[in-house]
Amino acid sequence: MHELAVIESIVEACSDHAGNARVLHVTLEIGVLACVTPDALHFCYDIAVEGTPLEGSELEILRIPAHSRCLDCSSEVVMYEMFARCACGSINIEPPRGGDGLRIKSMEIEPVPTRDSIAEVS
Amino acid sequence: MCTTCGCSDGAAATVTDMLTGKAYVIGAHAHEQHAHEHHAHGHSEHSHGHDHDHAHSHDHDHPHDHAHDHIHAHLHSRTHSVTLEQDVLAKNNRLAERNRGWLESRNILALNLVSSPGAGKTTLLERTIRDLSGTMSISVVEGDQETTFDAERIRATGCRSVQINTGTGCHLEAEMLAHVLKQLDPPADSVVMVENVGNLVCPALFDLGEQAKVVILSVTEGADKPLKYPHMFRASSLMILNKIDLLPHVAFDVDTCIDYAHRVNPDIEVLQVSATTGEGLAGWYAWLRRALSANSIDTNCSDDAIEVQRETGVAKSQNV
Repeated sequence: MHELAVIESIVEACSDHAGNARVLHVTLEIGVLACVTPDALHFCYDIAVEGTPLEGSELEILRIPAHSRCLDCSSEVVMYEMFARCACGSINIEPPRGGDGLRIKSMEIEPVPTRDSIAEVS
Repeated sequence: MCTTCGCSDGAAATVTDMLTGKAYVIGAHAHEQHAHEHHAHGHSEHSHGHDHDHAHSHDHDHPHDHAHDHIHAHLHSRTHSVTLEQDVLAKNNRLAERNRGWLESRNILALNLVSSPGAGKTTLLERTIRDLSGTMSISVVEGDQETTFDAERIRATGCRSVQINTGTGCHLEAEMLAHVLKQLDPPADSVVMVENVGNLVCPALFDLGEQAKVVILSVTEGADKPLKYPHMFRASSLMILNKIDLLPHVAFDVDTCIDYAHRVNPDIEVLQVSATTGEGLAGWYAWLRRALSANSIDTNCSDDAIEVQRETGVAKSQNV
């Protein structure tokens, strides 16, 4: 399954930007029309990031809708799935715009300990 | 993929050059250092495996309910948020664009042939190569998990071919094609057919740098496939309906299938062929010739003329 290949890309991109810090949390934006299943990503994430700077990190997935226009009533249609209907009930909608992205939005990395933080903890 | 732990066994792709018989490995993955032991990973509960859309990482006022409140809050307020806004497949897409540029500069038409296993991609290629022999220069990149069967079949036609074995991989990637293009060194004004791993799901996600994806669907697979696998049909410019010689023997409604394909992708072109009897292949060869000539740009033209020619060329290849 290709979700593993996707996670490998995520590990590479986040590791590049994290430097020596451990990654604690990764936020992805996955379009509803993207060829990736969030469940499958969650399923293999923990194992796939073992031994990497992302080990133990939390994966958060934000779903991004696509947009279209109804050919019958001209209303804007926000699509949460491939075969969406307009609010008027029509399935005749224009080809979707957007909603097929697969992006790393942001990540949270572990702080590098400072003198202040060490003093407070001890 | 290992069915116990889900890892890819540290698998890398193997490329076999059918001309020399030499095989070499490309693209080792990070999993090669993963200790491949089938012990329990203790990950039966994915406590953080849920989708939500609140800005958790930026809100430091959420309540804590454990003893070390102040330390936790202190460390939490120091976690560093890094905004990436980066396409996950940026690396693959970058390599794909590089492949695309390389191919375009040599006026090479690269097509990414996708389908379920057994739809007839290799048979169609064998027939195409034999029929167009002498009139069109074709080389072939074969993708399968294992064996060089397909590349050997292509080699038997006298055509240059290279086999990529992905091991456990379910799709080809741009990096694999980049390596292989160097190996193949296809001539200018030629066609490179990339026969992807038989799979109607995963290859849709991975741009190889091709000019177009061509999806092959056989009439023995069911007319509803375009709706069941919409991403692949949406990503393809042409659908070749193969094995039409078998229509009298199967309950396959051609009109319904074409309707479904257009529902998913209004712009997809459709050709009906039989790679074994030859029916409909003239249309496929005409499509190939149009795509190849639309690819070429007269480098002596002015910038404006190049733009017009490019647009006209694209329009031509869209019409059957």
